[in-house]
Amino acid sequence: MSITAAAIDAAKDQGRAAFVGYLPAGYPDKETSIAAAIALARGGADVIEIGIPYSDPVMDGPVIQQATTEVLQRGFRIDEVFEIVAAVTEATDAAVLVMTYYNLIDRMGPQTFARRLAEAGGAGAITPDLIPDEAAEWIAAAEAHDLDRVFLAAPTSTDQRLRRIAELSRGFVYGVSLMGVTGARSTVSDAAADVVARTKAAGAERVCVGLGVSTRAHVEEIGAYADGVIVGTALVAALRDGGPEAVEQLAGELSGTAPLR
Amino acid sequence: MNPPSQYRDAPGPYFGDYGGRWIPESLVAALDELEAAFRSATEDPAFVAEYQRLARDYIGRPSLLTEAQRFAADVGSARIFLKREDLNHTGSHKINNALGQALIAKRLGKTRLIAETGAGQHGVATATAAALLGLDCVVYMGAEDTRRQALNVARMNLLGTEVVPVEHGSQTLSDAINEALRDWVASVDSTHYVLGTVAGPHPFPEMVRWFHRVIGEETRAQILEQTGTLPDAVVACVGGGSNALGIFHGFLDDESVGLYGYEAGGEGLETGKHAAAITLGRAGLLHGARSYLMQDDDGQTIDSHSISAGLDYPSVGPEHAHLADTGRVTYEAVTDAECMEAFAALCRTEGIIPAIESAHALAGAARLSASWGDDGNNRIIVVSLSGRGDKDVATAAEWFDLLPADEDSDAPPTGVEA
Repeated sequence: MSITAAAIDAAKDQGRAAFVGYLPAGYPDKETSIAAAIALARGGADVIEIGIPYSDPVMDGPVIQQATTEVLQRGFRIDEVFEIVAAVTEATDAAVLVMTYYNLIDRMGPQTFARRLAEAGGAGAITPDLIPDEAAEWIAAAEAHDLDRVFLAAPTSTDQRLRRIAELSRGFVYGVSLMGVTGARSTVSDAAADVVARTKAAGAERVCVGLGVSTRAHVEEIGAYADGVIVGTALVAALRDGGPEAVEQLAGELSGTAPLR
Repeated sequence: MNPPSQYRDAPGPYFGDYGGRWIPESLVAALDELEAAFRSATEDPAFVAEYQRLARDYIGRPSLLTEAQRFAADVGSARIFLKREDLNHTGSHKINNALGQALIAKRLGKTRLIAETGAGQHGVATATAAALLGLDCVVYMGAEDTRRQALNVARMNLLGTEVVPVEHGSQTLSDAINEALRDWVASVDSTHYVLGTVAGPHPFPEMVRWFHRVIGEETRAQILEQTGTLPDAVVACVGGGSNALGIFHGFLDDESVGLYGYEAGGEGLETGKHAAAITLGRAGLLHGARSYLMQDDDGQTIDSHSISAGLDYPSVGPEHAHLADTGRVTYEAVTDAECMEAFAALCRTEGIIPAIESAHALAGAARLSASWGDDGNNRIIVVSLSGRGDKDVATAAEWFDLLPADEDSDAPPTGVEA
């Protein structure tokens, strides 16, 4: 049973798109990152992505790079992630996924990583640099431990690839709204609606959209056609500047559960 | 009839357990398009003829094969020949690949090139190709490298290329590749990423090798012509490993020829400050390929160290990982100190200032020749002299303490804005 799909469907039952928030593990320290993720859930997040800091984050823009670099510099070890996932799962009703570059899973071994994530109560993993073509080991491990596996769909993906992405993903498909790295942007690309429509036509039940989302207007715009809206950089900047309280405030505004300031 | 090829022309995406495409979905379409263009280009006689014309009339191919008698006598008893990629236009082997990929980019209708560079040789080569073919060009270079290779930064600026210093991470080659990949994810419509070595996602390892295999083909013909026999050993330095794969490729299926790759041993393998990905690395994923990699127990990349910016890379091309596993090529590490000793020896005995990268291969040749003792008398070593050392004069002057004792003089000039 997919924990993430259940969380997205619960939002759908309330007549809205799911709100998906990203925060890096251990930023600025382990305790604060747990508090921030709990605050994110209080602010209305249905799904929480805990990003694992990685030395070579090629899909991340400057804000997230800066945060994860700081975490690595203070001696972060990957064991922390499972503690954080367990604490956040324990304290909230949100589905908690990790978002990780694949070498970190590869190094630990996909089976061990999946077992530890499942034991911590994690719902699954988003793997931004793992394409279905290379994912056989991860899919087997996720399957063995009943975890969701989220692959990305890009504006440039062919229909044939989208069918494979839809077939192999569990939980949802991560629709990339634009060609680029993470980071807040003033407008959301028109490509997003097209990616969602094509990915659904290719068989995906749930498609969430991320990259560049930073305002309530973006969330409403994307929520009209996607099953979930993913926000990362804006939340990380809020955590950096104002701590967990700022995360809760911004999440509330973005998710529509708190009034706009 | 030639025997069937065992190693030559191995196709991607996998070389044994290595290679593949460990990249964001957003890049798949561009890599598919690139692979199709590469295959159609290399089967198109008009493209091949144009590439060969530029290789001859612009790069200056074939490059010479020079016997280094005084150097050979200085280090042992074997005969040593140098494959003079240092004499290519722009001063290294890198132009073979940069020009080839720039021609492919034109074929694809791209108007902008981006590249990463460590020592600056690949950046200069790409900037040169961009100028020749009328393409825009941006080169990403670690901020640390822009300082130690300031002359090459100026050279790229003169060629009309914008050099972007990369300020995060270890500020070296690896970070420059990350930044180039970030650019490419956002710009694939208009831009071709001229990856500078036999690493990265498929089809780069195979394509970059294709453009460099001329090194090995020329060398094989030249050594047969000059000595009437195949060499006993062919040696090259290995960072990402493009010059090595280029020269090895001509000899991979000649069983009698020993192949040796020399990685940067930095301050010594025991110090942890090195770039010996094969010698001490473990298999993992970096920059789109599975290969040997310097990584910690969590899978975080470990910073590499080398006096040579061009070898200062924590991984290696996937085909090298496979050739190491099969035992066809022997890989060893050469320290900064051994490398600089060979650097000085070549300068003094042959009047050739090598790139510090290439000096690792010279040190390897010296080690090999010495290991044979007097048995080396009738043996032949070919060294891939992948680049010239003009760019390294400041580093060498500092190493050998040739600079005036002025406090300001140990900071090389900077000036990196386009």
